[in-house]
Amino acid sequence: MYGKGLRPLSLITAASFALTLAAVFFWAPNDAYLGFLQKIFYVHVPLAILTLVGFVAGGLMAIAHLRTRDRRWDMRSYVAIHISLIFGVATLITGSIWARGAWGHWWVWNDPTLVSFLLVMLLYATYQPLRFAIEDPERQARYASVFAITAGAFVPINFIIVRLAPGYVHPRTLGNINGNLPGRMQVVFYLAMVSAALLWFTLWRFELTAKHVAAQMRHLRGLLGEDADPAPVRRSAAPSLTHAGNVG
Amino acid sequence: MKRPRSVAVVRALLEAQLRLELRTFESLPAMCLFAVTTFVLFHFGLNVYQMSSDLASGVLWVTLLLAALLAVNRIYVADAEQGGFDGFLLSPAERSTMLVAKTIVLFVYMSVVELIALPAFAILLLEPSLWNALPGLLGVLALGNLGVAVIGALVGALAVRTQARDLLGPLVSLPLLVPVLICVASWTSPLFHYPDAIGVAVRWPLVLALYDAIFGLIAFALFDFLLED
Repeated sequence: MYGKGLRPLSLITAASFALTLAAVFFWAPNDAYLGFLQKIFYVHVPLAILTLVGFVAGGLMAIAHLRTRDRRWDMRSYVAIHISLIFGVATLITGSIWARGAWGHWWVWNDPTLVSFLLVMLLYATYQPLRFAIEDPERQARYASVFAITAGAFVPINFIIVRLAPGYVHPRTLGNINGNLPGRMQVVFYLAMVSAALLWFTLWRFELTAKHVAAQMRHLRGLLGEDADPAPVRRSAAPSLTHAGNVG
Repeated sequence: MKRPRSVAVVRALLEAQLRLELRTFESLPAMCLFAVTTFVLFHFGLNVYQMSSDLASGVLWVTLLLAALLAVNRIYVADAEQGGFDGFLLSPAERSTMLVAKTIVLFVYMSVVELIALPAFAILLLEPSLWNALPGLLGVLALGNLGVAVIGALVGALAVRTQARDLLGPLVSLPLLVPVLICVASWTSPLFHYPDAIGVAVRWPLVLALYDAIFGLIAFALFDFLLED
């Protein structure tokens, strides 16, 4: 049975989001310099952290795939990277809005975190095209895993190197991202972090469930002989779980 | 069957690849010509007659990286299309020997391109003397070429048997090469300082060496999985 526990998980996520949003708007104090705009921080920073953690998790799942040859790990890795890509786009957009408000520009080059994040996104943007360009499902899974591991290792290394680059040695304009936040802000930030993590996890589970159910349906249709030639699987960037053994 | 010594396999693969290049000349002349043409493009695009420091180092390295992509796209094509992979997989050789051979090939290609591109760059665009920068430059070139070669050998293998190899090779390798570019450009810039070279921060050689080593290990660990069928 797929999607076990999905309903309570979704409810918890929704509740946590409601709580976080309420805290962000009604409980957390306005920032002394940035005022109301600073509240985008509670959305932007958790999304960014989740994106990067998700990419690295995708790499770890890819290692599990190459070690066990269990295609379900490839599916997990694919969905993790897929969700993280969506989170990443949201991060870039919210970050841009914040930069415009705080620094007056939609994009600034002298913030290492911003630039590293863009590089990571540019790399991961090739993940789906790479999968799509390989027809054989087995090889697609294998090559995608090699990519996911390489790129997963690239994420932390890239952040370190970009931070070293000249022009980036100045202290950050907003140096208080992780430390010395006033008490309430810190509580709300952790709350936002938890809700974003729950959202990521829920979406990941949802997507996995949907993919497994679709594969199972196809398999059962095939068994019933409903159509002798079950709709040919379109070439796709998503891993295919056509095998009965893989679905179980 | 006795497993052949890895060094012998690498040498055989290397000989085969270099002989192929010497017979067909499908990569090296294109890379050299591309580099020189790109210098001309930069001259017109930026409208500068001479350059030094950051600009010179950036123009040189961006050109070299782009030229490298031409080879990254090609080094595995003969193996993929004319049975090179099949023959190699049938032999009892260690698979990672191919990665080592291709890395060396890319390193050699880059060095040859630089033999042409550096003098051309000095004549066409560089303001300070190349001679003064050369001793320091040799270190940058060695570590920079190694980084390009390692990443190119891995990504080339990843991209060659996909349907859009000419597209995926550069798209995947360029973001991976940005840290290399950061290191080599920052390292080269003080060497091209006009009128005299100034000291290089010691962290760039270290960081670049570390990056090369890490991606060398990653490529070594993962290459086998790219050559299974």
